[in-house]
Amino acid sequence: MKRLASILIPTLMLTVAPAAHAVEYKTVQADKSRLSFGYRQMGVAMDGRFSRFTVQLAFDPARPAAARAVMEVELASIDAGSAEANDEVAGKEWFNSKAFPVARFVADAVKPLGGNRYEVHGKLTIKGHTQAVVAPATLTPQAGAAAFDGAFQIKRADFAIGEGAWADFGTVANEISIKFHILASAGK
Amino acid sequence: MNTRSYTPFAKLLHWAMALLILGLFVVGFLMHDLPLSPWKLKVYSWHKWAGVTAFLLVLARLAWRLGHRPPELPEAIPRATRALAHAGHGLLYLLMIAVPLSGWLMSSAKGFQTVYFGLLPIPDLLAKNKELGDLLHEVHESLNLLVVALVVAHVAAALKHHFVDRDDILVRMLPGRKPS
Repeated sequence: MKRLASILIPTLMLTVAPAAHAVEYKTVQADKSRLSFGYRQMGVAMDGRFSRFTVQLAFDPARPAAARAVMEVELASIDAGSAEANDEVAGKEWFNSKAFPVARFVADAVKPLGGNRYEVHGKLTIKGHTQAVVAPATLTPQAGAAAFDGAFQIKRADFAIGEGAWADFGTVANEISIKFHILASAGK
Repeated sequence: MNTRSYTPFAKLLHWAMALLILGLFVVGFLMHDLPLSPWKLKVYSWHKWAGVTAFLLVLARLAWRLGHRPPELPEAIPRATRALAHAGHGLLYLLMIAVPLSGWLMSSAKGFQTVYFGLLPIPDLLAKNKELGDLLHEVHESLNLLVVALVVAHVAAALKHHFVDRDDILVRMLPGRKPS
C-alpha cells in the first residue's frame, strides 16, 4: 500500500551550498492527502472521496520536464455519499471493482505555467479505458513539505462508468470533477 | 339546516392538497424499497419537489384561512364534538407543516440537498450526519403514520356527517356548489 513519493527540489530553499544539500520530498503523507470528486445528481451537487490511494512522485520545480508521477486509487475505498451508493458503484455497470480494482494516473509531461503553477499531462486508466487528461496544479512549499493541489474534469462515459440504465446523464451527470491535495514531506 | 359552503379557492386548496398528500404518501411509502436506479433517484427527487410544493401550499392555505373564516358548523353539533373537530383540524395543519420540514431536514442530514425542480437549491439547515439522518427518517415516518390516522378520522367524520347525521358538512367542501 504505502509507496514512497520523492520530490527532488535542490534549489527550493536558500542553502549555503545549494549543490551539496538538496531538499528531497520523499513521503506522501496519506493522512494529509485527499482525493475527492464532485458530480450532479438530479441537479443536486454531490461529493465523495477515495480514502485509499498511493502516489509515486519525483518532482523538481527547476526541471519539470523530468517530473514523474504515478497515482493508483483503490476504487473499493470510495465514499460516494451513502452506503447504498457505495455498494452500487462497485457493480459491473459502474466501476466493476472486482475486475478493475485500481484506477491509475500516469503523468507523462509537466508544463510550467509560471510561478508555482503547472499543467500535468497524463493518462488516466479506469475500468480498462485510458484517456488523456490535463490537470492544472499548484505547488505550495510548506515547512519540510510541499502540497500539490489541482482539479480536472472527466466524462464518466469515456470510461464506461455508469452503463445501461445509468448512461442517462439526466439523472447522474456525465461530468465528474476530480480534486486532489497531495502532501509530500521532505527528506534527504 | 343550510350552512354556507366553502369558497371555490378554499375548496381548490383543500382538494389539491388532499391529492398531493395522498400521492406523496403512496410514493414515499413505496420508494424506500426500490433498488438503486435512475428511476429511484427520479422518484426521490419528485417526492421532494412535491413535498416542497405541499409545504408552500399549506402556507398559502394558512394565509388564506387567517383572512377568511370558514363557514360555521351546524348548531346541532355538540360543544365537545366541535372542540374535537377544531383540535383535529389544528393538528392536521401542524402536521402539514411538520412533515415536509422533517423531510427537508432529513435530506440535509443524509447529505442530499433538496433542489426544487432541479433548479432552486434549498439551503441545508443541517450538516451531513448519519445518526441524525436516521433519526429524522424515523421522525418523518412517525409523523406520516399520525397523518394517516388523522386523515382516516377526517374522512370517517365527513362520511358520518353525510350518511348518519345527514347534514351538509361533506357537501359544502365538494366542488361545484356555490357559496350560499
